[in-house]
Amino acid sequence: MYDFFIFMQRAMPELIQGTRITIELTFAALLLGAVIGLPCALFRVYGGPWLRRMVIGYIALFRGTPLLIQLFVVYYGLPDVGLTLSRMVAAFVTLGLNSGAYQSEYFRGAIQAVGSGQMVAARAIGMNRFKAIRHIVLPQALRLVLPAWSNELIAMIKYTAVVFLIAVPDLMGRAKIISSRYFDPISTYLAVALIYIAMVGLASLVLRVIGQRMKIPGLEMDAAGD
Amino acid sequence: MNDRTILRIDKLHKSFGSTDVLRGVYLDVGLQEVIVIVGPSGTGKSTLLQCINLLTKPTGGSIWLEETEITAPRADVDRIRQRIGMVFQEFNLFNHLTALGNVTIGMTKVLGMKSNEAREKGMSELERVGLSEHAAKYPAQLSGGQKQRVGIARALGMDPHIMLFDEPTSALDPELTGEVLNVMRKLAVEGMTMLVVSHEMAFAREVADRVVFMENGVIVEEGPPDEFFATPRSERTREFLRIIGSSPGER
Amino acid sequence: MEGFNNILTMFRFLLPGLWVTLSVTAIALVLGFGLGTVMAVARVYGGPLSSRLAAAYSIIVRAVPVVVIIFILFFVIAAFVDLSPFLSGALALGFASGAYQTEIFRGAILSVPRGQMVAARAIGMNRLKAIRSIVLPQAIRIAIPAWSNEVTLVLKDSTLVFVIGVPEILRRAQYASARTLEPFLAFGAAAVLYLLMTFLASRLLDVIEQRTKLMM
Repeated sequence: MYDFFIFMQRAMPELIQGTRITIELTFAALLLGAVIGLPCALFRVYGGPWLRRMVIGYIALFRGTPLLIQLFVVYYGLPDVGLTLSRMVAAFVTLGLNSGAYQSEYFRGAIQAVGSGQMVAARAIGMNRFKAIRHIVLPQALRLVLPAWSNELIAMIKYTAVVFLIAVPDLMGRAKIISSRYFDPISTYLAVALIYIAMVGLASLVLRVIGQRMKIPGLEMDAAGD
Repeated sequence: MNDRTILRIDKLHKSFGSTDVLRGVYLDVGLQEVIVIVGPSGTGKSTLLQCINLLTKPTGGSIWLEETEITAPRADVDRIRQRIGMVFQEFNLFNHLTALGNVTIGMTKVLGMKSNEAREKGMSELERVGLSEHAAKYPAQLSGGQKQRVGIARALGMDPHIMLFDEPTSALDPELTGEVLNVMRKLAVEGMTMLVVSHEMAFAREVADRVVFMENGVIVEEGPPDEFFATPRSERTREFLRIIGSSPGER
Repeated sequence: MEGFNNILTMFRFLLPGLWVTLSVTAIALVLGFGLGTVMAVARVYGGPLSSRLAAAYSIIVRAVPVVVIIFILFFVIAAFVDLSPFLSGALALGFASGAYQTEIFRGAILSVPRGQMVAARAIGMNRLKAIRSIVLPQAIRIAIPAWSNEVTLVLKDSTLVFVIGVPEILRRAQYASARTLEPFLAFGAAAVLYLLMTFLASRLLDVIEQRTKLMM
């Protein structure tokens, strides 16, 4: 136990450095995922047949393959066909595209949960489709999507864990170096586990508080899980 | 179209796939007239209203609002809808907005009013329906009757030339229908042109200028309430009145 | 013709990895099922100690990335027994899946109407029997959609055992990429294999779901 404590003290500074990159990557990729996911959901609900097919194809591709393989295709495979990306950019783009596929389904669920009567009422007072989506459907959908989106944030913290395999110096990347430096993989990865637990715990807490603040009576949706 | 006709419906047809819901409806609505449409469920009464404000596209025939043919291919649908107010059976209040917000959003986002002007006007519409103390409440905090009255205020906020009511009290508990019907009565007295689909026969008797009986997608009979209820001309009308007359819901 | 040959050769090369992937997935799912059902029962029906322990397992393991769990368990297991990476990886994956399956079954158990347990006790069953014969079977049926989802997730996560050297699809794709200097082909083919697997798996699970719906 005591040994572990000593170990933590030595390894912490470097692990924290890596954690910073993990956190940056998490937020950046989550944002990219939202930027991709929301329009895709709108295309799927309100768009024409070709637009819908493209979105469905994109979602099927990124939800049907492992994130790690997507990462390797982007980082190792794309240069082969002419597009070379740096590690960080490859990680960011892959995580963002992956998250976008899932987020688009969450947004779609929320938009559909708003109910068609809202759109009908909005059109009835003379709003065109665009205004109706912007002022009536989206404000409600964004509140309804909060539980699922919170889950995605927490999941993203964990998804970033594979990017060390393309040598991104995130938490796991530093862990790999430290574990071979001190010949102590178990302690290293236990420390890593503790850091992830801390990040996930903190994120859950903050999201719960935000969720409470943003509550509007009558606009709640059951979260998909715990 | 004469000066006193505000809405003309000519040979209106609507089919959904192979089902013909409206099979040739002809109706002229006069300025400030209150028309109550009755008939068995599923005979196209709601569809008729939805065609009038173009929420559903007719498959045949034409509709004229004032001097404009609203069923013309290039018609500015959104613009036209500003002149028609619609009140829904399921209320369809905007859940993320307060009662006042529901009334003012059309004013600010569609009519381009300034927010303080909209607020003032919104509050006066809410007063008109008797809900000014509830202005800051969200729909989930309101009773059914209150929700529907907000729905009416929301439609009124756009200063419509004609109001359509699609079974406004059918989703309400019996004790709550009175407050809504009273507001509608008041509107009629104030001179609003109203087209009401409803089962509330007492309301029809007292407030309507004309009662229209629809069955199987066509208008079977129409006339002033005393004539309609006392001396119906068609056998089917008589049959219908017999059926509903014997139901305990008659008030 | 050349290109087509390449693609075919690539798939043939990756095929052994396919069997490894499927085996790892199967073992992990079974282990996860066992852990998940037991822990779910502990969480819902257990006394203060067992329900807290089960909750701790579920919450803590789900807060940690699966790849970290694989690393930790691989080295911990290696310190005690001499297991192949294949087996260590499959067990680690199962251990992780168990935490998620705990939540799936917990939700399902809580969805079984309370009256079922009450009726079971009323005809004289003790708690354990009631859980085993009345609640659990219904819970498992309720859980099928969520469990089908978990199958796809475990299938995709199985690629993570790559990090401890298991010769599954990705590892083989990596060899292929180094040998043929065609990374796009290699990793693309790997992706296609996964698309096929997830597609077939969800079709199969849909059929099973329909069949069990009829039985309800």
